Amino acid sequence: MISYVARRLLQSVFVMLAVSLIAFTLFRFVGDPIAQMVGQETSLEDQARLRSEMGLNDPLITQYGRFVKNLATGEFGFSYRTRQPIGEMILSRLPATLELGFVSLLISLLLGIPAGIYTALNKDGFISNSILVATLVGVSVPTFVIGIFLIYLFGVTLGWLPTFGRGEVVEIGWWKTNLLTLDGWRSLILPALTLGVYQVTLTMRLIRSEMLEVLRTDYIKFAVARGIDYRTVHYRHALKNTMVPVITIIGLQFGGIIAFSIVTESVFQWPGMGLLFLDSIRYVDIPVMSVYLVLIALIFVVINLMVDLLYAVIDPRVRLKG
Amino acid sequence: MTLLEINNLTVRYPTRFGEFTAIEAIDLNISEGEIHGLVGESGAGKSTIGAVVMGLLESPGYIASGNVNMLGTDLTTLNPTDYHKLRGNQLGMIFQDPQTSLNPLFTIADQLITTIQQHNEVSENSAREQAIALLDEVGIDDAEGRIDDFPHQFSGGMRQRVVIALVLCTNPKLIVADEPTTALDVSIQKRILVLLKDLARQRGVGILLITHDIGVIAEICDRVTVLRQGKVVEVGPTTNVIAQPTHEYTIGLMAAIPLIGKRLERFQNIIAEEAPSDDNTQWHVSGASAEYAEHWLHENYTLLQNQQQAVASANSDQAILVVNDLEVRYPPENPGWFRKNLGYQALSDIDFELNRGEVLGVVGESGSGKSTLAKAIVGLVDYTRGSISSNGIVLEPGSQRSRKHEARRRLQMIFQDPYSSLNNRRTVEQILAEPLKFYSLVDSRADRRKLLASVLQLVEMPQQALRKYPHQFSGGQRQRIAIARSLLCLPDLLICDEPTSALDVSIQAHVLNLLKDLQDEFNMAILFISHNLAVVRQMADRVVVLKDGEVVEQGDSDVFFTAPSAEYSKLLLRETPSLSILN
Repeated sequence: MISYVARRLLQSVFVMLAVSLIAFTLFRFVGDPIAQMVGQETSLEDQARLRSEMGLNDPLITQYGRFVKNLATGEFGFSYRTRQPIGEMILSRLPATLELGFVSLLISLLLGIPAGIYTALNKDGFISNSILVATLVGVSVPTFVIGIFLIYLFGVTLGWLPTFGRGEVVEIGWWKTNLLTLDGWRSLILPALTLGVYQVTLTMRLIRSEMLEVLRTDYIKFAVARGIDYRTVHYRHALKNTMVPVITIIGLQFGGIIAFSIVTESVFQWPGMGLLFLDSIRYVDIPVMSVYLVLIALIFVVINLMVDLLYAVIDPRVRLKG
Repeated sequence: MTLLEINNLTVRYPTRFGEFTAIEAIDLNISEGEIHGLVGESGAGKSTIGAVVMGLLESPGYIASGNVNMLGTDLTTLNPTDYHKLRGNQLGMIFQDPQTSLNPLFTIADQLITTIQQHNEVSENSAREQAIALLDEVGIDDAEGRIDDFPHQFSGGMRQRVVIALVLCTNPKLIVADEPTTALDVSIQKRILVLLKDLARQRGVGILLITHDIGVIAEICDRVTVLRQGKVVEVGPTTNVIAQPTHEYTIGLMAAIPLIGKRLERFQNIIAEEAPSDDNTQWHVSGASAEYAEHWLHENYTLLQNQQQAVASANSDQAILVVNDLEVRYPPENPGWFRKNLGYQALSDIDFELNRGEVLGVVGESGSGKSTLAKAIVGLVDYTRGSISSNGIVLEPGSQRSRKHEARRRLQMIFQDPYSSLNNRRTVEQILAEPLKFYSLVDSRADRRKLLASVLQLVEMPQQALRKYPHQFSGGQRQRIAIARSLLCLPDLLICDEPTSALDVSIQAHVLNLLKDLQDEFNMAILFISHNLAVVRQMADRVVVLKDGEVVEQGDSDVFFTAPSAEYSKLLLRETPSLSILN
């Protein structure tokens, strides 16, 4: 078990190093960092001084080492655009994105898991088939169309919910949260739904197909032949086995939601990291982009690690192998 | 006292092409403490009867007529809820594969206690005590210590014992055992059968034992019902049915069973395989005949042999296969961080020779390395030490062996599962033509077709098969297509890895007859791998016994089967169901 965790950790370190190399390449070679930083009036001597002060004349390997060391110690550097430290910028945007991702994941699980189980257990029922057809729409309509549709319906026509921004937030230390005010929740609903719709369909279909597979196995048939309650068979024996592969996908989904909430954040002007990233692209703010890249990779790696550990908790075969 | 009485039971499945009758007008009785064998080949409807008794007939199948009486209740009239209460309580079922019939995510204790508490209102502690007592009864050592283990921590035989404990924990009166030992090695099979027999005797449980294996029936059944295509062919006490069968089908079936005590030159009197009825076209290739194929094979064999002798006359008296000090090690799944992990040693110190025209049987239980040996020879697995040579030419480990190595043609393999060894997307003609094209044996398309049609006739298949796809054939027919395919490569050595274990006995007899004929005719060598000693007896001139990747004994087949020297060989022979009543 310990070696299992250690191996996963080591793999994670390698992944992070690889990603940081890409981020470094982006930072160092897409355009000249000095030219981006200084104005036109700066003399060539000043530019050369700045270059050597920043260590841009050092061997690349030294520069990369410094880059990784800075990242590891939380020195993310400064944005070209706003001249603010990137660490602060991201930290102020992170809660918005995390809360949005978390709520939409919750929506996708709360709707997707029961719907998946229902459609698996009542395979050919009318309601099941209706749900399946309805979710087909969810998969095929692009996120921004859903977002605009929701804005039009609930924001413009019905006027029930706000269509942009985070609404009223409460500050807990540096963390600004939506989740403690009614207004915050009202602002959160539409973007979270938009982001969640696709995930709901994915979760549901995944659970359904996995569960159908599990219900066909001998151990489920054997449990039925032993006269064990259908409820126990379905919700204990079958569901636990269904969740093993599903957990991986849900973990990756959560990573995906956070990393790729860009479209939704832009539709709803949600002040999260996605919007920050979009602005950085617009102004070619390369340091922010490379830090964003590393951060997203870190989120994926951490989620994956948690999924692997969860695997070991659920499945005894993994636990003993390691 | 009669426990179960099935009267006039008919089960039908509606299909797109009308109703399919799975079983028709079946009558069957089981008394308390009786072990009733239900035997038949695939498609005979054995499992359908088991499913009906358990009330687990899968839709769209339905009971068209008849009833199933158990202790005075007609089970077919029960509603699903009442039926479900009966399952576990009065009816239990043992499944074929112990590897898959236990839930991998729950401990043995958990599964046992849930089941006990489902049917009796007892506290968790007393359920646990009952569970431990049961595990003890079915022969699990240190039941108290092992009850909290997960299923994957038990071996196959032990798992089947756990399954039996699970079935027993609610004291059912009738147990349906569907091929309970088919997935197990002989020595474990024997112990499980003894356990079942004791249960029937001591607890008075009636057992409906469904199997295709007459040996299992002969070993423990009191009475036996023989099924064929959904109908009862013969019923009676086991000794009568097996030793003095009266029905033509049963007589044929018994004649097709290979006996460990006796070597037959050919199986006589075997049941004809059902011809595919959908083909009434008169399509055929002109000039094609079994004789033509035979002639072609002979001619080319002679040609190739002359060539070989011309090239390496010094080597001409070499054995077809020499395996010397062979070791195969599979690389470890997780390489160790701090200590060296050498991986799993599947074979070590294997030495044997195989001469032209000789059949060498390789026997052993699962995990003994039989299949690894076959793969190492044909080059699907790399060996890590030792050497393999053929006709004096070295065969390198698979990944280093040249694609063009001439031995690749001379060594052909026939796989166990004919359902996955033929590509379902290609016609039989495309499948068979491949070796001819690849080795440039026949270049003209017309000649090729004539030869292919002929070779099909040689393996007793209709010429029309050329235009069909593999899925249109039964397992036995597919295996014959596979044999035809390897025959067309003009092999010196045919490696057969359990060629008949996926087949019914009567079809197995066909395939074994065919292999014997071809081997006689073309003087091939065969490496015949099987876990079934009786089949090996029919085929092999010499035998190699493997255990845990090492050779335990090798020698003349007749000597091995009458007076084996190694302890392990004696054990294997003793525990194989002997069918001595047949003699």
